[in-house]
Amino acid sequence: MKYSIFSLARAALSGHKNWQRTWRDATPKDRYDVVIIGGGGHGLATAWFLASEYGIKNVAVLEKGWIGSGNAGRNTTIIRSNYGLPGNTGFYELSMKLWERMEQDLNYNAMVSQRGVINLYHSDAQRDAYARRGNTMRINGIDAELLDLAAVRKMIPFLNFDNARFPVQGGLLQRRGGTARHDAVVWGYAHAASELGVDIIQNCEVTGFVRDANGKVTGVETSRGKIGAGKVGMAVAGSSSRVAAMAGLRLPIESHVLQAFVSEAIKPLIPGVMTFGAGHFYVSQSDKGGLVFGGDIDGYNSYAQRGNMPVMEDVCEGGMALMPMIGRVRLLRQWGGIMDMSMDGSPIIDKTPVDGLYINAGWCYGGFKATPGSGFVFAHLLARDESHNEAARFRLDRFRTGAMIDEKGQGAQPNLH
Amino acid sequence: MRIVCPFCGERELGEFTYLGDTKPVRPEAGASEDEVFDYVYLRDNVAGDTSEYWYHGGGCRAWLKVTRNTLTHEISSIEPAAGAGAAKVDA
Repeated sequence: MKYSIFSLARAALSGHKNWQRTWRDATPKDRYDVVIIGGGGHGLATAWFLASEYGIKNVAVLEKGWIGSGNAGRNTTIIRSNYGLPGNTGFYELSMKLWERMEQDLNYNAMVSQRGVINLYHSDAQRDAYARRGNTMRINGIDAELLDLAAVRKMIPFLNFDNARFPVQGGLLQRRGGTARHDAVVWGYAHAASELGVDIIQNCEVTGFVRDANGKVTGVETSRGKIGAGKVGMAVAGSSSRVAAMAGLRLPIESHVLQAFVSEAIKPLIPGVMTFGAGHFYVSQSDKGGLVFGGDIDGYNSYAQRGNMPVMEDVCEGGMALMPMIGRVRLLRQWGGIMDMSMDGSPIIDKTPVDGLYINAGWCYGGFKATPGSGFVFAHLLARDESHNEAARFRLDRFRTGAMIDEKGQGAQPNLH
Repeated sequence: MRIVCPFCGERELGEFTYLGDTKPVRPEAGASEDEVFDYVYLRDNVAGDTSEYWYHGGGCRAWLKVTRNTLTHEISSIEPAAGAGAAKVDA
């Protein structure tokens, strides 16, 4: 069905009782040209781009639970393209541009809101680093503004500017950054992909790969039977190592837990997305009024989708350093998601050494903003058998060749990225 | 998650720092590029029981070898890592 102001008015007049399901819950066929493992944002976006941009419509998306039940539903909904290293800068801007037209492309309201992302700085050295990053963005055609103290005071007057240890000195602002409604992104891609004939198959867990005599992957074994495939793409960040292990691969990835938090609803306070530069704390305010925030990963390997108290305390301390007046706001919800922490903090979108198997993984805790870009370049790889120009550096073999993309400069320590 | 340090008793998680899987062993000097690549970058990333190093920096500063389930965070065994705090105990 097509959504418009008229469909909304029609539904309103009938008391919103006649909305139809927005996408088809399919049953598996025997064979598809492309099978995508993982019905999160990235997997569904890949399927949609395959069908809409590359003309490959005989596609299935297999999801072990329900679509969007993994990290697509467990993030802090931030979108931005303020990266500094070659490989990342262009890719995330490609993704940002796709966010800007997503709702028209998909005919679905994903509540994309370019309310701005500001990274605060607290020292001269940090200002210089942000100036450099901002300049890198600008020479690549991405918007960035370095704000001084007066400009930040005007924009966010309620911060604790005079914190004795970490005084706010200014910030790097990307006005085109912001937030999007994460579940609606999943449903929007499902809606648009389904309209083009993509089969979305839920409660269908992949339990193994079917391979021919030469070792080529020709299908997958699932909890709903065997499904043949011309090519198989995996987009299962958090569980990449487990799925890859079924094909005999070991990855440069560790799974870690990242927590996120929502407070009770308060009146409009935070103008956009803010990050505290002296610790690790980022926050935005949802349209319902809750403060949505997060910080560091817990730091130990985990598949448990829940974290522990020390990091919760550390994140809240970051918030308090910036905005002491939120101290009496109560926490409403808290959860954990499982991150594919790669060895350099950047993603992997590539063919694997196993013929017929393609990988989209290693998103660390930055996967949500990459959703449309990731889907686009992964679809390109699956359709053309060569990397998209903007993803040409996200190679699996870069760890062997030394062509790392280490934005944070931490080396092969996945829990520090 | 709380960790029972063999030297200090049960302590809260914030006192400990994580290193990771005990399985990778640093290759000898002169090892092949493949062996070094494998050691530095590749991980089993086990879902289930795994043996890992934790450092009790907020307590006795000993390295510990902890068997922990990554699906449940349940800890089934803790022992001093060889050559770390253990050496002091026996001395």
